Amino acid sequence: FALMPHQLRAAQEEGVAAFTGGVEPKEGDITLNAPEIAENGNTVPISVDAPGAEEVMVFALGNPSPDVVKFKFGRLAGSHTASTRIRLAKTQNVVAVAKMPDGSFVKTQKEVKVTIGGCGG
Amino acid sequence: MQRVRPRVRVPRTAAAGEVITIKTLISHPMESGQRKDDDGNIIPRRIINRFTCEFNGETVVDVALEPAISTNPYFEFEAKVPESGEFKFTWYDDNGEVYELSKAIEVK
Repeated sequence: FALMPHQLRAAQEEGVAAFTGGVEPKEGDITLNAPEIAENGNTVPISVDAPGAEEVMVFALGNPSPDVVKFKFGRLAGSHTASTRIRLAKTQNVVAVAKMPDGSFVKTQKEVKVTIGGCGG
Repeated sequence: MQRVRPRVRVPRTAAAGEVITIKTLISHPMESGQRKDDDGNIIPRRIINRFTCEFNGETVVDVALEPAISTNPYFEFEAKVPESGEFKFTWYDDNGEVYELSKAIEVK
């Protein structure tokens, strides 16, 4: 069983659309840091920074399931920055989308080349 | 199975209104539900699905985790410290268990 390319793209867009409620994200004030090359896809360090954002969600478009993590920032967040470590199955685009207080969304993406994939057995 | 053990790093003191960096790590397999055992059976998913940090009852961050978060989930973020008090960290496991840790901080 394998997804056809157009089905795969639909699944990826569904993840982002589910987060944005169908609103098209624009380019804007959001930064995603990730390595250009990740030797081990099991643990890839990333960080996001989206000043003023209420929420930031990260997607790995080449993973079996594109959703990765969603950060919701509260009143006592010292910044709208967070770092974590993620799994990437293969070389792919990692996308970060931020929800702004006015209901708009901004996004950015970065390609990460993965030497050894991080989702299999 | 390894024991689940949460760890956090929080400064002991801060100035009023200071922004501090917090680092958290919890030992956990984060079984993705995608892997198979030697007999070809899917190993059931078991991940930490939510992590929260509060200070004196107010939210700092509330994180929703998916299986794409690595083994031993690690988070680093910043918090504003308006007064002396306590950070409370909570991790929610797919199996229903909840792991908690608190750290006091003193405003000088």
